[in-house]
Amino acid sequence: MRKVKIYITLKEGVLDPQGKAVQHSLHSLEYTNVGDVRIGKYMEVMIEDHGDIEQQVEKMCDQLLANPVIENYSYTIEEVV
Amino acid sequence: MKFAVVVFPGSNCDRDMAFAITEALGEEADLVWYQEADLSSYDGILLPGGFSYGDYLRSGAIASTSGVIEQIRQAAEKGKPILGVCNGFQVLLEMGLLPGAMLPNQNLKFMCHHETLRVENNQTLFTDFYKEKEEIQIPIAHGDGNYYCDESTYQTLKANKQIAFTYQTNPNGSIADIAGIINEQGNVLGMMPHPERAVDALLGSKDGLRLFQSILTHWRNNHAINA
Repeated sequence: MRKVKIYITLKEGVLDPQGKAVQHSLHSLEYTNVGDVRIGKYMEVMIEDHGDIEQQVEKMCDQLLANPVIENYSYTIEEVV
Repeated sequence: MKFAVVVFPGSNCDRDMAFAITEALGEEADLVWYQEADLSSYDGILLPGGFSYGDYLRSGAIASTSGVIEQIRQAAEKGKPILGVCNGFQVLLEMGLLPGAMLPNQNLKFMCHHETLRVENNQTLFTDFYKEKEEIQIPIAHGDGNYYCDESTYQTLKANKQIAFTYQTNPNGSIADIAGIINEQGNVLGMMPHPERAVDALLGSKDGLRLFQSILTHWRNNHAINA
């Protein structure tokens, strides 16, 4: 088994209303040095590795987990002990 | 004319849609559970609003991977009219039958009220009962109705006259005030506002009814030619 950690972020240029709301909140807490805030998604997927795990992860991201119109993704694969 | 209203777990405007067809339009409509659906005998397919699969992951994303989707794709290729409203629009985007994607409303609020739409293209099978640039009253009810596409997609939509409806007062931040778009072939319409909730004066507007009358008239004309 491998643990795949997938990070999904909005593409640059795509408005992130959640991030904007959090940015305003941080400013109101007087973190005046805070610039842009972007909110993404983090997923952990346990996968049995049959040797093609990277292709599998990329395919599932393209098919379902991320929407390529608005989102980018990256991932890391970890050994489970 | 016989319509299928495809019901996903979490659909909640399915009965409104069926009511619009059977009571207001006077045609046939079946509520079809997505797993058992056989869409081959229907003349038109309606994807209703709601929160399919609880909007988990992204609105419409999980429904867009279900078994019935292949049938919807085939029906689209055959030229059958397909209307996706609200969550149905989100499903059409997620399955790639229409270009673009939905983001949360710019103000992060769920909004539910009447909006004034402008008919941008009245030369489609869904809109030719409207006048060009006519203003109509149709209710919205959504949290993720902020339509997004990149600049080149927008230019293509504009050049092909694929923008069917725009908002007069943009409620959600959609690019170029877009409220509804059609595919290039012209037989698939996705829109965030709910025409099925505007089919009787009692509902505050009956401007939505003409959308269904347009579909029906087109179908009858084609049917008469083929018969």
